[in-house]
Amino acid sequence: MIQPAKPDLVTVNIDGKEIAVPKGTNVIEAARLVNVDVPHYCYHPKLAVVGNCRMCLIEMGMPAVDPATKAPIMDPATGKQKINWIPRPQIGCGTNVSPGLHVKTTSPMVKDAREGVMEFLLINHPLDCPICDQAGECKLQEQATGYGRGYSRFVEQKNVKPKRTQLGPRVTLDDERCVLCSRCIRFSRDVAGQDVLGFVDRGSYSTLTCHPDKKLDHNYSLNTVDICPVGALTSTDFRFKMRVWFLKQTNSLCTESSVGVNSVVWSREGVIYRITPRRNDEVNDTWMADSGRVLYKQVQSADRLTSDIALDNLTVKAAHVLQAFAGSIAVVGSGRSSVEEQFLTKKLAAALKASVSLVSRTAPGDKLLISADRNPNVRGALVTGLISALPSAQLTSLAADIDSGKVKAIVSIGEDLTAAGLTAAQLAKVAVIYLGTHANTTSAAAKVVIPTVTVFEKAGTFVNQQFRIQKFIQAVPALAGAHNDLAVLAKLIAALGAPAPAAEIGTLWPVIAAEVPALATMLYKNIPETGLLLDSTPWAGLPFVEGETLHFKPAAPAAATV
Amino acid sequence: MSAPAQQRIIFKHIDEPGYTNDIECYLRNGGYEVLKKSVGRKPEELIDEVKKSGLRGRGGAGFPCGVKWGLVDRKSGKPIYLIVNADESEPGTFKDRYIMHQDPHQLIEGTIISCFANNVKQAYIYIRGEMPEGARILEKAIAEARAKNFVGPNILGTGYSCEIYVHRGAGAYICGEETGLIESLEGKRANPRIKPPYFPAVLGLYQCPTIVNNVETLCHVKYIAEHGGEAYSKIGTPGNTGTRIFCVSGHVQRPGYYEFPAGTITMGQLLNDVCGGPLPGRTFKAVIPGGSSAKVLKFGERYKGKRKVGADMVDYDWGVEDVPMDFDSLAMIGSMGGSGGVIVMDDTVNMVEALANINAFYSHESCGQCTPCREGSLWMKKISSRMVHGDARPQDGALLKSVADQIPGRTICAFGEACSWPTQSFIIKFKDEFDAYSEVKKTLPADRRVLV
Repeated sequence: MIQPAKPDLVTVNIDGKEIAVPKGTNVIEAARLVNVDVPHYCYHPKLAVVGNCRMCLIEMGMPAVDPATKAPIMDPATGKQKINWIPRPQIGCGTNVSPGLHVKTTSPMVKDAREGVMEFLLINHPLDCPICDQAGECKLQEQATGYGRGYSRFVEQKNVKPKRTQLGPRVTLDDERCVLCSRCIRFSRDVAGQDVLGFVDRGSYSTLTCHPDKKLDHNYSLNTVDICPVGALTSTDFRFKMRVWFLKQTNSLCTESSVGVNSVVWSREGVIYRITPRRNDEVNDTWMADSGRVLYKQVQSADRLTSDIALDNLTVKAAHVLQAFAGSIAVVGSGRSSVEEQFLTKKLAAALKASVSLVSRTAPGDKLLISADRNPNVRGALVTGLISALPSAQLTSLAADIDSGKVKAIVSIGEDLTAAGLTAAQLAKVAVIYLGTHANTTSAAAKVVIPTVTVFEKAGTFVNQQFRIQKFIQAVPALAGAHNDLAVLAKLIAALGAPAPAAEIGTLWPVIAAEVPALATMLYKNIPETGLLLDSTPWAGLPFVEGETLHFKPAAPAAATV
Repeated sequence: MSAPAQQRIIFKHIDEPGYTNDIECYLRNGGYEVLKKSVGRKPEELIDEVKKSGLRGRGGAGFPCGVKWGLVDRKSGKPIYLIVNADESEPGTFKDRYIMHQDPHQLIEGTIISCFANNVKQAYIYIRGEMPEGARILEKAIAEARAKNFVGPNILGTGYSCEIYVHRGAGAYICGEETGLIESLEGKRANPRIKPPYFPAVLGLYQCPTIVNNVETLCHVKYIAEHGGEAYSKIGTPGNTGTRIFCVSGHVQRPGYYEFPAGTITMGQLLNDVCGGPLPGRTFKAVIPGGSSAKVLKFGERYKGKRKVGADMVDYDWGVEDVPMDFDSLAMIGSMGGSGGVIVMDDTVNMVEALANINAFYSHESCGQCTPCREGSLWMKKISSRMVHGDARPQDGALLKSVADQIPGRTICAFGEACSWPTQSFIIKFKDEFDAYSEVKKTLPADRRVLV
């Protein structure tokens, strides 16, 4: 791994605690490092600083020096250098650290400023938290417990603004709850590149709105909901479906493309309600595409494959079919399988003495968080040695082998063979064992179908476009009648007469570490939440299809993106 | 002691019979002679003259003009812009409008001299949206000046080129704040920028170094270029050099604009001798000395302290009438010289109603960016309007003051101060009126209650 250059450090004093922080850090981030919370609304670490909410006001001072000689002026009472405190509070978000900077976040001036801002934010804000969808994850609610008055001095009429405006297909706006922090405006303009949001009217009547004739319909619109500190922007899909404090959060990964966006799956009693991004500054910052957030709907979809037959019976049946065609079997693995599944797929292919092919899935990337490679884990297949060359979209040589009679049976790991270029006639000529989650033409034509589970119902790892191995954790229990892929593969291998491999992540990983050079010395439980960067040099010459995305520049010029 | 005589150096030709705003008239009166001389001098020399003159900005804050010019980043390699702040919107102020309407070439000459001194190739006159006539006059005047080669390419054959464009605002007080003005000029919503890092002298218009000067200030620059900084600094008093234009409005016999050497005239001389005193049968009650955001002064109050005269500290004990009308003296007694808009209120004025009017203005003009100003200004307006139109409560004065106290010093721009100082000062000085308003109101005739 390449170590980043050591940044210039600056020593600052926050509430009496000295800390060295990189130059250019602002006071909010510096305070975070000493576990001091500076409340804020408009500031977001990944957006431009505007300093308009005034919640992060802090007291600031610099060591006193004699203007003529530049010699430090000492304070005889403490024996330390005197601090010239600025009489006005300053914003923490817009103030970058400088050597010797002193900050007070608990002084009466700061407390008074925060209480003042809180009172102002609440006077025109609806005080109906019990019926607000943001309750439980509302910054206004949180800070009100710390800095609110507990009673209102406001006896006037509140401002009336539009409620339930549809800003776009996925976002609903309640202007009365808006605190005018402008995060959503900055996100749409600077990150998503669609400058459609803005304020109209002025003063306290300022109203967030979408440009006339336009919609907030870019594929990142739901990030505005994530960063909205209050209940103004809500997800049309999620709002009023579930109170957030009932939801369990599970770290997961987005399978939409090889970017490997880090996500959090929010579920209750085995049902997923929403997916939100998880911060990883090396991969996706704090963002995620809207299209990746709806993938959980596949868990409960009507075309899920299930079976009443016990898994042992299914694998034995599959083994019987395969043993009849020994010597003329092909395995179609998947770039959507986890590293562990690909490892066992390789074992399965070895047990069957079968050739392995993968199906590539490409589409133009969006230069942000969806790359051209729409398989989340093609690099996993390379790392585990399941394949050694990049896959193609059409199984041309497999089709030829079927036509020539060389291949008489196929094990497909969740790949729809028709979509990969095989004709119905070709499918009819071979015996297909299908391990998959959803019904399709291949499952319909298969001799044996073994239902497996989606990414939300299992744990594992993916290797993203940067060769960063990242793990996802099981969020909900597997659907009844569907089986964990690892168990399926392990049992199938055993049923074929080969030694039964470990079927659980924990026991399987020591085997993977021992057999896969790139993953040596690694264990599932030791992979940090932000992932581990693998050495990608063995595959540096391959013509990967990814173009440029956030935090990723392709090493070689991208080969023809489809 | 009677008032000194007016010394009109900026308003020399304003309201002069027979004086018109076309270039021929201006040339007949010696116009553009200073420019002709100035473009033959070294730019640094002109900047030095301005520094020597001690000229302080006439927009309201009184920031020394030479210092402002000295802060400009001249090493960045980026173009330097000059913006003429003609967004005169402070209630009670009406000096720049007269210059633009009646003597626009004085402004253009001052602007080009300032541009030449600062190596500016493009200047913008940002004129208030409510002054369409002024914009038309300026457009015409610039065209005339261009025809005579005072503006445009290769001015007077010197090789120096400078363009002036007139940009009309859309009618918002906040566009007078220099960074709000810059945002507006860039075509955006006029939200003032955070400083640091966006100091206009370094990151101004289009992220280039920018000088923003008031209309009157640039006219003073023309005078300084003509007579020298040394001579200019002898007008007025040390630290408050040159002349000041006072725009007197409200309850005096002769409201209007008057130009005096700074610091040589007291409030009493201005109101009583120059403006003819209160209306018959009335007495002065309060005066706002520098535009509606300046803190109000109450007649009958005494201001005591020590002040510097030359090298000595001298005791002073002033009534409102005794205060010299300069930046420093007005600041000493807790108000400010501001834009020179003197608003006079006599004993017929109810201070609650006057404040309701001011609060309505400021709540309408807050840009809405910073929480304290956005919410505070409207809350204050809602309280004071309710007091006048609905039910006044005895505790409303204290509430108003407490709301106002939560605003200044906590906002991006000075609007936080501008909107809270009137409330703070009105309530400190006229607390009785606010406390008793609920009772007083019962005796008021019904027509007095339709105000804001």
